[in-house]
Amino acid sequence: MNIVVCIKQVPDAAEVKINPETGTLIREGVPSIINPYDMHAIEAAVQIKEKTSGKVTAITMGPPQAETALRDAISLGVDEAILLTDKAFAGSDTLATSYTLSKTIEKLSPDIIICGKQAIDGDTAQVGPEVAEFLNIPHVAYVRKIEDIGEKSIRVQRLMEEGYDVVESTLPVLLTVVKELNEPRLPSLKGKMAAKKAEIKKWTAADIGADEKDVGLKGSPTQVKNIFAPEPKKDRQMLEGTPEEQTDALIKKLMELKCL
Amino acid sequence: MDYFLTEEQVMIRDLARQIAEEKIVPQREELDEKEEFPWDIMKVLAQSDMFGLFIPEEYGGLGKGCLELAIAVEELSRACLGVSTTYAANALGTYPLLLYGSEEQKKKYLPDIAAGKKLVAFGLTEANAGSDAAGIQTTAKLEGNEYVLNGTKQWITNGGEAEIYTIIAMTDKSKGARGASAFIVEKGTPGFSFGKKEKKMGIRASTTRELIFENCRIPKENIIGREGMGFIVAMKTLDNSRVGVGAQGVGVAQGAFDEAVKFARQRVQFGHPIISFQAIQHMLADMATQIEAARALVYSVARYIDSGAKDISKASAMAKLFATDMAMKVTVDAVQVMGGSGYMREYPVEKMMRDAKILQIYEGTNQIQRNVIGQALIKEAAKKK
Ligand SMILES: Cc1cc2nc3c(=O)[nH]c(=O)nc-3n(C[C@H](O)[C@H](O)[C@H](O)COP(=O)(O)OP(=O)(O)OC[C@H]3O[C@@H](n4cnc5c(N)ncnc54)[C@H](O)[C@@H]3O)c2cc1C
Ligand SMILES: Cc1cc2nc3c(=O)[nH]c(=O)nc-3n(C[C@H](O)[C@H](O)[C@H](O)COP(=O)(O)OP(=O)(O)OC[C@H]3O[C@@H](n4cnc5c(N)ncnc54)[C@H](O)[C@@H]3O)c2cc1C
Repeated sequence: MNIVVCIKQVPDAAEVKINPETGTLIREGVPSIINPYDMHAIEAAVQIKEKTSGKVTAITMGPPQAETALRDAISLGVDEAILLTDKAFAGSDTLATSYTLSKTIEKLSPDIIICGKQAIDGDTAQVGPEVAEFLNIPHVAYVRKIEDIGEKSIRVQRLMEEGYDVVESTLPVLLTVVKELNEPRLPSLKGKMAAKKAEIKKWTAADIGADEKDVGLKGSPTQVKNIFAPEPKKDRQMLEGTPEEQTDALIKKLMELKCL
Repeated sequence: MDYFLTEEQVMIRDLARQIAEEKIVPQREELDEKEEFPWDIMKVLAQSDMFGLFIPEEYGGLGKGCLELAIAVEELSRACLGVSTTYAANALGTYPLLLYGSEEQKKKYLPDIAAGKKLVAFGLTEANAGSDAAGIQTTAKLEGNEYVLNGTKQWITNGGEAEIYTIIAMTDKSKGARGASAFIVEKGTPGFSFGKKEKKMGIRASTTRELIFENCRIPKENIIGREGMGFIVAMKTLDNSRVGVGAQGVGVAQGAFDEAVKFARQRVQFGHPIISFQAIQHMLADMATQIEAARALVYSVARYIDSGAKDISKASAMAKLFATDMAMKVTVDAVQVMGGSGYMREYPVEKMMRDAKILQIYEGTNQIQRNVIGQALIKEAAKKK
């Protein structure tokens, strides 16, 4: 199996603070980590490789410093890494990000593409499915278990609000994964040594044959007007007691407010 | 202190520390309570290549030496000595093969050991042969193409859990110490069984069992080195591994010290954090100084061994003696700094103190280390004349 994992470097959420004036994240001095969901994507890819042989390539679009995320991925068992870095990519929204990733993936022609469910900073959970659309291949989001992988198909469990679906898909397929899927391993010493020496390929918009008007700010229809933390709603009241007592109190309240 | 570790040594330390903090610390209390063998953690260590650290690259290892092993052992010991004993005893059992094994034996066993697929144990001690290792009574008799083993080994770390055992037995009792030989015995060999699991004061995650040999037949090729070399194999093995026991001492002491400092900053009595009292500061200052002195000695001796030095008995005995006496003192003092809280199982230092005691006993008691150093001094003095 030839597998591509999409990873994103994000600020370590445990250490992030928000600038109260602008409402934006203060990124300076905050350590960067691999998006936690992407750690599960890497683990899944490496496990598939260990079972079926093949190759795992990690790709990320980001600034030059994102190279460290790729080296960390290699220490966890990833074979090759590509950094998509170009001034032209700056300011990408999810559409431009997905376009850029999909142009790269086309060049690698993998059997399986694995993304995290969502990035803990951007949080949209859009990139995985959008990449699949650009590639015109099926995708399964929220994968919590990989049941079986055949020559031409895959069967997985998709996490639902209650229970799960069993989904079968043809290959190539794109999966986005949740934490229930596996427990990411710690790096190995041989992996760390390989990571130190590894050559990280750096690809630009020209290398992936991307259309300039579709990448970066130019390719991003999303326009950010303002970022803010919503005011917490103030007049809330918690009802206590048994479910019966709570429903009684709720009905009484609603009648008081003339909602019923 | 900066010990001018190489980039790779720092990498080994950081990864061992990450394993200790993320995988061992959350489990150590339960492992101690339940006296449970830490298989989960052994799997993590295997996956991280930690078992291959000191095994040459041609057998699937990383080809590092005593210093790298000591660094890893120190970090694991900082979290739990029971776990680090399991890991370090594996190295102890592997040294006979590394130092004296034939090419075929190395090819057969070392790759699985390096990958952490098979654990190893070292069997020397018997009921009547502790400090006086020459008193062993287990015999190995050559019959055709096989050696037949009879006897019982006592208090063997990793006994029952390990797949590979390096065993010292008498091939010729009439020759005394020169009549001992070293062997490889695999788990599952008919006639090889295990006795009861011992209940211990500390290092309770580590398993200690009897090894019982009743007409246990092993192939003749399983002898390590030649007949009669058993004691040389055992002594050289211990010379190499003792510095690792020293590293265990440094690690457990550092772990206890860190807890004591954290506590002393938070605990308020007489209106002040107890760390502001000079009596507490002086205890902590002594502890910190002793730990650093022991670490410096352990690292120096490990580097000395890695330099290929021939006569390492005295140096490695010094490292073990100093660092483990230090560990006992520092862990006792850590409990003292923390008062009643230190005595409670809610905090990890009482366990560290119970655990530390073993370091003064196994791989040669600290009295025996002093004997080794003393004998070396006599030899050196005689040479000078
Ligand atoms: C409202 C809003 C405004 C934004 N404004 C800007 C802006 O002005 N400038 C700017 O630079 N960014 C901006 N961003 C960030 C940027 O759009 C997203 O970070 C990026 O498109 C990825 O989306 P996401 O973080 O929501 O990822 P998700 O869709 O949540 O990520 C899902 C998965 O996709 C993969 N993935 C995501 N991003 C990458 C990547 N870069 N490389 C490889 N794999 C990846 C990972 O596997 C990840 O787990 C903005 C985001 C939002 C929500
Ligand atoms: C938890 C645990 C794990 C162990 N693991 C292993 C293992 O994996 N493999 C293995 O082979 N063995 C193992 N041992 C055995 C260990 O190495 C011995 O216990 C140790 O060498 C001491 O022997 P002993 O207990 O018989 O004490 P003894 O030799 O009976 O000593 C009793 C006391 O007398 C002192 N003493 C004895 N002789 C002298 C002397 N000549 N001069 C001064 N003082 C002396 C000792 O220092 C000690 O204080 C283990 C022991 C324990 C407790």
